[in-house]
Amino acid sequence: MLKIDNLHAEIDGKKILNGLSLTVPAGEVHAIMGPNGAGKSTLAYVLGGRPGYEVTQGSVEFNGVDLLDLEPHERAAAGLFLGFQYPVEIPGVSNLQFLREALNSQRKARGQEPLTGGEFLKLAKDKAGLLKLDPEMLKRHVNVGFSGGEKKRAEMVQMGILDPKFAVLDETDSGLDIDALRVVGEGINAIMRAPDKAVLLITHYQRLLEVVKPDKVSILSQGRIVQTGGPELALRLESEGYDAVMAA
Amino acid sequence: MNSVIELPTRREEAWRYSRVERLQGENLDDWRIIDIAEGESFRDTLLIADGPDTRPTELHRWRVTVGEGARCELFAVLSSAEYARLEIEVTLKQGAHFELGGITVGGRETVREFVTRVVHAEPEATSNQTVRSVHWGHGTGNFLGNIDVVRHAQKTDAAQDFKGLLLEKGASVNAVPQLEIFADDVKCAHGASVGQLDETARFYMGARGLSPDLARRLLVQAFLGDALVAWDDEGARQAMMQVALDKVDKAL
Repeated sequence: MLKIDNLHAEIDGKKILNGLSLTVPAGEVHAIMGPNGAGKSTLAYVLGGRPGYEVTQGSVEFNGVDLLDLEPHERAAAGLFLGFQYPVEIPGVSNLQFLREALNSQRKARGQEPLTGGEFLKLAKDKAGLLKLDPEMLKRHVNVGFSGGEKKRAEMVQMGILDPKFAVLDETDSGLDIDALRVVGEGINAIMRAPDKAVLLITHYQRLLEVVKPDKVSILSQGRIVQTGGPELALRLESEGYDAVMAA
Repeated sequence: MNSVIELPTRREEAWRYSRVERLQGENLDDWRIIDIAEGESFRDTLLIADGPDTRPTELHRWRVTVGEGARCELFAVLSSAEYARLEIEVTLKQGAHFELGGITVGGRETVREFVTRVVHAEPEATSNQTVRSVHWGHGTGNFLGNIDVVRHAQKTDAAQDFKGLLLEKGASVNAVPQLEIFADDVKCAHGASVGQLDETARFYMGARGLSPDLARRLLVQAFLGDALVAWDDEGARQAMMQVALDKVDKAL
């Protein structure tokens, strides 16, 4: 589904990714862990196509398409979802308007009919319910005045509404309390656990992986994948730390 | 017989950023007089939009007196003409309220501006002015806002808020808030800022599937929305907003 090969990327001339290779087939949840500054968020942004993140070498293939050739909105229409570590506030634009425009833009790009107002509202309420987010919050401006936890829930509501094929979730667990972590984790399972979908789950902690059980865990360090294993690798990292595991 | 008119110069603050050469042939003494009687409510709009009746210079000068406890609401969108100017002089009596929501949009070499002088002539009057300007090309948007609070106009509450959004290098906005306050128990707030589109927000919107054009449209709509938020007639408000947004879409 997603095949990253020898990816090199830099920001303002500073090399961050140094030959990163990773394959995530359909049906897999692949956790990426790594120390601060390893390049985890850069990987997420490069996959999302953020301006300023320059790919200097390598390739990313998504369902047979050259992902790096697409604009951010084309990547979204192709089925990629990027869950932001710091969701962006957009004053003056309501969640409902934003998401309806977003969903219908994606549907249009895929040659599907747009959802009517009523159909969209029902979908949005269903997904807000799944994430235990007060549907009234969808009337508010995008992420404005939301707490850290509410922003992360709102991200997952967005993911539920947009129903992507592949989600790159960048520290979706940060800022969540224990109960919210479970709700968000179960939301990820409900939305993304399917044979034709896959998830790249970037996280610092084992806690989220107790709810969203990964099929594989990779360690990202200094811009490349240095080790890949099963869920037990995350447990080892939690108890022994990055230095010890990577030195072994 | 043609009368010789004396054009203002840019030395005069009220004409400082204007295209004074465009005033040739205009009647500068032509003021529309609006008197709002005690306790009455008045609302009017001005829409300068592309159309056969729009002249290269659109000069509108309104002189408004708002009677005791009366209310005046003016909403204006200046989106056409080489030079469009709405100049408003307002005198507020006791407990009166003045509301202005203004939008300027424009590119090329156009100049679109609001020039206001709000005189709080008696106590307990309130005023609120919100102007939003979106410009590109070498377009210019101006807001020169004067608030005068006379010596005995205690409990005045006046606010003035301007924001400019520049979509391209070369465009400009000028904000000149001028507050002259001679009473000591008053609230007078003013704010002015200039910026460009939030690229982080644009990327976020792109990552959710919105094309760059649609993302810009939503951001511009949100930005301009502040100016008309006090207008409770949603249909009319959206129609005016549509004119401004279409102008931006057509140009970029």
